[in-house]
Amino acid sequence: MAPSGLLARTCRPSVAKAMDVYLPIANLSVNGLVIIGLGALTGLLSGMFGVGGGFLTTPLLIFYGVPPTVAAASAASQVTGASVSGAFAQARRGGIDYHIGAVLVAGGVIGTGLGSLLFRLLQSLGQIDTVINILYVLLLGGIGGLMAQESIAALRAQKSGQPLPARKRRHHPLVASLPLRWRFYRSGLYISPLAPLLLGMATGILTMLMGIGGGFILVPAMLYILGMGVNVVVGTSLFQILFVTMVTTMMHALTTRAVDIVLAGLLLVGSVTGAQLGTFFAQKAKPEQLRLVLAVIVLAVALRMALGLGYRPDEIYTVVPL
Amino acid sequence: MTGRKPLRLASLAACLLLLGARDPILVPEISQHEIQVRQGFTGADLLLFGAVLSPEGSRAAQDYDIVVVLEGPVQSIVLREKQKVAGMWINADSLEFRSAPSYFAVASSRPIGKIVDDKTAAIYELGLKWLQLSPIGVIEPREQKRFSEGLVDLMRRQGLYREDEGSVRISGQVLYQARISLPSSVQTGTYTAETFAIRGGKVVASAITRVDVKKEGFERFVAVAAERNGWLYGLFAVVVSVGMGWIAGRLFARG
Repeated sequence: MAPSGLLARTCRPSVAKAMDVYLPIANLSVNGLVIIGLGALTGLLSGMFGVGGGFLTTPLLIFYGVPPTVAAASAASQVTGASVSGAFAQARRGGIDYHIGAVLVAGGVIGTGLGSLLFRLLQSLGQIDTVINILYVLLLGGIGGLMAQESIAALRAQKSGQPLPARKRRHHPLVASLPLRWRFYRSGLYISPLAPLLLGMATGILTMLMGIGGGFILVPAMLYILGMGVNVVVGTSLFQILFVTMVTTMMHALTTRAVDIVLAGLLLVGSVTGAQLGTFFAQKAKPEQLRLVLAVIVLAVALRMALGLGYRPDEIYTVVPL
Repeated sequence: MTGRKPLRLASLAACLLLLGARDPILVPEISQHEIQVRQGFTGADLLLFGAVLSPEGSRAAQDYDIVVVLEGPVQSIVLREKQKVAGMWINADSLEFRSAPSYFAVASSRPIGKIVDDKTAAIYELGLKWLQLSPIGVIEPREQKRFSEGLVDLMRRQGLYREDEGSVRISGQVLYQARISLPSSVQTGTYTAETFAIRGGKVVASAITRVDVKKEGFERFVAVAAERNGWLYGLFAVVVSVGMGWIAGRLFARG
């Protein structure tokens, strides 16, 4: 998974020379094939598991030497590209609850605004990297753990032939205690719109800070906190991610000015192709196995990040323009 | 040291009177005065060359040492230092520098320490050790040293600060040449190349040439658009990403 490994595998030195691409905003020259490969890898994940794959792009780009802000800003537009075709496909088969989706998007837009303020504050304090790292460890560790536990339980149940006990409650008691209730017909829910709004805000903030789409947080939260049905969860999450990453790209273009269109273009070329391949593979595998694989990948990234916090880093010093 | 000062002044005056006319002339040149950063830019190699002549126009006929200093645009920076706090490495300390060069390279014909004494080296900033970074605020000398060394070490490993002793070649006591490379991550702006001719521990001649590093063509267009037309640029990025996702979806759906 390391870029250097990819480099060695995908291209010989002469090709590497020809594929040097200068990134005008990141201000450095990279190997175009490595970036496309990176995009393809995350696209593959997004096609297979329905997550944006941004949680892998941002750290790998930073690892490759791209400035963190540019990495987060450009990864957001990659997630847009990766989720478009999925969202269209879901729309055709009626897998999107536009009503709850609109509330989520509204929350997401507020969240990106808040996220951008938070980004600036943390940047001026010099703690943005640490916060991003800790967020990654906590979120990926927590969700990866949950997913692993669940998919192992499901696989065991399949082997022994005993079905899993049905889930007892539809949505979290906290959601029921919120004031104001709306009917969301497509999801068959009668809940306060504040719940999806807050959820949308949380993913908006994370998208702005981490360059992730938030799919891997949104999907479980919609299932277990809002209690939405499985048939609309993936489509609605893609719908929300699509719009929130679009807003995030705009927000970065207007505030941090760190969207590198060349970098985003290369990532997109890889990820849109990868996403199609991923969808193809996903149809061949069992969903429980897929989720276990995703859980392992998520946990591996979390572990790498946690080690990164604890071990003495390669660079003790960082330069920030005043 | 101070006791010798009048003597030095006297000898300087004597030099001016007697030998002043014999100070050599330095004619520096650079392989390119403009570096264009455009697609495929992976850095540049600059050849700094020139001649040391005696005023009569003949060759200098004496042994000179040449030191070339190439300096990029100066910027104000915050240098952050990570320390282990509660088991995690986080940014714990920082220092602001008013004038940190974004690029700094020194090439010399012999090790700097053998050409000049520390004082002269410090005055002319001959070497990374003598970089004048002008920290902001009141700082302990020890802390300042720690941060300066940290910055130099970091920039050195990024190829943005370099010190190449013995890389200046002098032929026939007249011509000199040095090759200095710029990585692809250099900042745009005006770079100054200052050449020093040194004899007997003293700088006897110096001259400055300039190099402009600028983005051209598409790269310039993108950088300017991102900076000035955030709305359009952002919209364009969104349209590109949605369009590419959509096209790929269509292509694969049919294929």
